[in-house]
Amino acid sequence: MSNPGKSKQGTRRRERLDRGIKVRSEDIYALNSWREAIYLLAPRAFPVLALLALALLAPLYWQRVLVSATVFALLAISWDLAASSGMVCLGQALFFGVGAYLAGIMNHYFHLPPALTLPLATLGGGLICTLLLLPVLRLRGIYFAMVTLILPLMVERIIEATKIFGGTEGLSGLTPFPHPLVESFITMAALWVALFGLRRIMASDYGLVLKGINDNDRAVMSAALNIYRYKAQALFLAAATGAFAGAFMTHAYMFVGMPVFALDYSILPIASAAVGGLGTLAGPALGAFILVPLSEMLRGLGGLRIVIYAVLLVVFTVGLPEGVFHYLRRKYTQFERWTEVGK
Amino acid sequence: MLTSTLIYGFINSVILLLMALGFNLTFGISGVANFAFGALYVTAGFLAWIALNTLGLPYWLAAGLAVLGTAVLAGLLYRFVVLRVRGLVVSEVIATFGVGLAILELFRFLGFIGFEYTLPELLDAELNLGGVIVDGQRLVILAVGAGLTLFLWVFTRLTRTGRAFRAIAQDEHTALTLGINTERVATVSVAFGAAYAAVAALVILPLGTIAVNEGYSVLVNALAVCIVGGLGSTLGVMVASFLIGYAQTITATYLETSWMMVVSLLAILVILLVRPSGLFGSQKQLEERI
Repeated sequence: MSNPGKSKQGTRRRERLDRGIKVRSEDIYALNSWREAIYLLAPRAFPVLALLALALLAPLYWQRVLVSATVFALLAISWDLAASSGMVCLGQALFFGVGAYLAGIMNHYFHLPPALTLPLATLGGGLICTLLLLPVLRLRGIYFAMVTLILPLMVERIIEATKIFGGTEGLSGLTPFPHPLVESFITMAALWVALFGLRRIMASDYGLVLKGINDNDRAVMSAALNIYRYKAQALFLAAATGAFAGAFMTHAYMFVGMPVFALDYSILPIASAAVGGLGTLAGPALGAFILVPLSEMLRGLGGLRIVIYAVLLVVFTVGLPEGVFHYLRRKYTQFERWTEVGK
Repeated sequence: MLTSTLIYGFINSVILLLMALGFNLTFGISGVANFAFGALYVTAGFLAWIALNTLGLPYWLAAGLAVLGTAVLAGLLYRFVVLRVRGLVVSEVIATFGVGLAILELFRFLGFIGFEYTLPELLDAELNLGGVIVDGQRLVILAVGAGLTLFLWVFTRLTRTGRAFRAIAQDEHTALTLGINTERVATVSVAFGAAYAAVAALVILPLGTIAVNEGYSVLVNALAVCIVGGLGSTLGVMVASFLIGYAQTITATYLETSWMMVVSLLAILVILLVRPSGLFGSQKQLEERI
């Protein structure tokens, strides 16, 4: 391991301090001047406005890419929420697939419009996934991860073997959305509601308990809190977020079939979280907006695409292990300087 | 029918065991995530093929080169890529899986697809077991499987390096205080696991062709066997291979093949629910549930 502090600069080290404006804007002074107010608002308003502008101005192809990136961002938020509550989940495809199939079934057999299937599939999907995983909530770490990895694969095989809900053919000819812009607006609204809403929950006392379960579940138990209740509630929130993404994709593709349980929907959210930065909900969403367009840009390269994509993924994870979001936030809120050590 | 199911179930189980042994060594015994395992398995196959057909080397030299090459590749990969994110579990998994993905898809891009990519069988013989004919290669698999399992068991109990492998998973800080260089031991463990993968590839691949997709299924199988058997337990890995191997063979014979995956996945699920640390897992008995 290299040690830059020692080899070249003698006995110096880098010191990080909060910027003055950051400290000021945390208090009532934020309302005193435009500068502080903008400093607080800019990082929150910029992504909302930028995404809105892109959705309106970008060519149709890139609008579709943005919609798909937004859907993966929702899945990544769902993964990060579960992971911050102590449940490392390798089966986002389960949430996604259950939501997708629920919407498909309601639309195909009962002819409900998307305005009804989307909310029903979101709530129903969240409920079904929570009930499915309720018996394994007592597992943790890699054991919980393994069970969640296996479940979507198994549901996929059961659908193949029993030929229910269209079997390998799936259900097609479902009701589409009336206009591409409607798709953009629905996904964007869902993303901002999920991102800002869940971030607010995680910042509250309730979120503190969830983070506590992740850090040390026995300490939370010894505070006389029933951690399974909290875990089940967090799981419902995460599963509902994932199920919405699935239900949306069903109507966007006008089709639902076995591929909704594919490994892609489990792996890409984790990769997004690793690139974007864990534990902030915003980081994984940012990661999805980096990875999905990146994979589209590489599409012209044919077979080499996945190779370059995988190499970039490794470079991101190894070169910036904290994640892009943590890095950006540090640069935004802190300044760095070299200080002498040992005086 | 019954004897053939029994015998081929046994062979299927040993194949699973061979695939899982190396993964068990790295991930189970040393607690180092190496999700490029499937890619290393396929790499060994292609290395041997290149050494045999392009360079025209004799078989034993080619096989030795493949095993050594795979081990060195895995060691370098660990030393220069994964070591930097050691301890960040999610990053470790993503980084190694990413490297594996890159290797496998690079082979696909370079055109290593087709029926000509096969390795030669080692033993041209047949054995008649109660009316069921077993070919030579499957006999080699049985022998190699038994040998490697025995060697792993002896190695991790009686040698200094093998004990260090177990030590760094049990308690890294205590291992450090006892003078074990944990980073070096982890690197050696990854290389050792890769060598096991290479030997498994050399004896299993002659049954079919060297296919890129094999890499993904080897990883999934190895992971399943190790988790069911219990991380770090060689005996557990053996029992789990036989459970899953027989479950697969019996469903394939008496039910439809489409149920094969369901039955083995269901078996894994049930075992995990009843015994979360696997059948014989001992390392993290207190950790797996609360």
